Amino acid sequence: MSTPTLPIENQSPANNPPHADAVVFEDVKLAFDTKVVLDGISFRLAHGDTKAIFGVAGSGKSTILKLALGLLKPDAGRITVLGEDIVSMKEDQLFELRRKVGIVFQESALFDSLTVRENVAYRLLEEGNIPEQEIEERVREALSFVELEHTVDMYPSELSGGMRRRVGIARTIITHPEVLLYDSPTGGLDPVTSNTIIELIVKQRDVYKTSSLLVTHRLQDAFTLGTHYFDRAENKMKPLPPHTRAAVPMGFLILRDGHIIFDGDLKTLRETEDPYIREYIS
Amino acid sequence: MELISPTQYAKEKVTSVQDYAVLAARSLGNLFKRPLYIADMIQQADLIGFGSLPIVLAACFFTGAALALNSASTLDRFGAMTVIGQLVSVGIVRELGPVLAGLVVAGRNASGMASELGSMVVTEQIDAMRALGTDPLKKLVTPRVVSTIAMLFFLTILGDLLGLIGGAFVVKAVLRLDTHQYWNSTWQTLEFSDVFTGLTKPVVFGFIIATIGCYYGLNTKGGTQGVGRATTEAVVAAMILIIAVDVFITRLLMITLGT
Repeated sequence: MSTPTLPIENQSPANNPPHADAVVFEDVKLAFDTKVVLDGISFRLAHGDTKAIFGVAGSGKSTILKLALGLLKPDAGRITVLGEDIVSMKEDQLFELRRKVGIVFQESALFDSLTVRENVAYRLLEEGNIPEQEIEERVREALSFVELEHTVDMYPSELSGGMRRRVGIARTIITHPEVLLYDSPTGGLDPVTSNTIIELIVKQRDVYKTSSLLVTHRLQDAFTLGTHYFDRAENKMKPLPPHTRAAVPMGFLILRDGHIIFDGDLKTLRETEDPYIREYIS
Repeated sequence: MELISPTQYAKEKVTSVQDYAVLAARSLGNLFKRPLYIADMIQQADLIGFGSLPIVLAACFFTGAALALNSASTLDRFGAMTVIGQLVSVGIVRELGPVLAGLVVAGRNASGMASELGSMVVTEQIDAMRALGTDPLKKLVTPRVVSTIAMLFFLTILGDLLGLIGGAFVVKAVLRLDTHQYWNSTWQTLEFSDVFTGLTKPVVFGFIIATIGCYYGLNTKGGTQGVGRATTEAVVAAMILIIAVDVFITRLLMITLGT
């Protein structure tokens, strides 16, 4: 049976990437003092794909994101981001690469002494050569994406937890990065706000085709990503029609004791016989 | 309290010194790389310089006054009250002015830097800054180092002046002596080597205060409790280093200037 075409758009700056994979981990090992966190992790994130990373607390999920961004260096192994080996890169070289990779932190990590406008525009202001008018337009565009235009002059302390996460997303996407890393973007939020965040992630995936790694504790969030698409005409997330779910660029990765015990799509995950995974997803 | 092996302890200490040396070197090396963050330097100069001005001036004024009082009781026994200006001026300009200004600024600003940067570490703002393509050493450390050195230099000059005025106040109000003689002996006594020594020290102390404050802040571990610990450790380390380094600078400059 042929798979029906998904009702999502094809416009993307990353439609013709010069390299096949956005992120590649090869036998990556990392220990903090005597505690081994990652023990030979290998996986690939293809261009335009989103991969959700699960695992119990302390299993190294957030560490993977920090490694992918070069904020941490592995003890062994190779990490390639957008075709570049980041393990051997110096901090100065990493700053260049990080212009193409964005991260949404678990607690937003907004600069609390700056307004929402200054937070979102931070990267553009650091460039130093972008006209003020253009910066203002792009800030408005990014805030409009997360539906928070009215908060532009507020400080992070004046926002709710969910609003801070959305401002964090706006700050990340303002430069249209090729790879997005989400560190528990819905952690500690109520279901309604969580759904808003997940809708934004689906929108980013389906409209801009951004490659993403998503760390989450909430299985339902990842399953929503695997079973929904963003309808731009109606400007909202909708469930996928029957028989189209395998076509969603969505993968799942489960960590246990420093190893990857599952790396596959939603269908494979649902059909797995592994008792630990069955217990985890039940 | 957890016990660690002497080897592990030694390794940690050596690594800390190495990390501090790298931070200190890069904080100066960044002066030759763009961007320079001039606005951040001016903002820090305002916080460090003008913020510390009243307490530095007060500390130096009262120390100058106390020095004059203590000197007077000793000098009176030898009938040498006329040299009180010499004692106060050399003591304040060579030693007490720079050290007092350094200790006051260390107490006020090393703690401020450690707590501010420590809070940014525990709330992942430093990681966010790196993720957004900004070098935190360039954006946060270098402006603080430059501003602390520059402002401590000028604070010391003003502190020296207030210390001498404190001495003059005691000479006039308590000892009932001629202040013209006091100011004259003060002016006549001071040599180039005294002023050079007294103004070299704040440059070194400013560097110590800012780099120690930033180092402890950027190496904060353990949440809000860790921020408190980093703040305390930064102040203690900066003060001890100022007092210890003062001895070495004094001796080094004595040899260099032949005094």
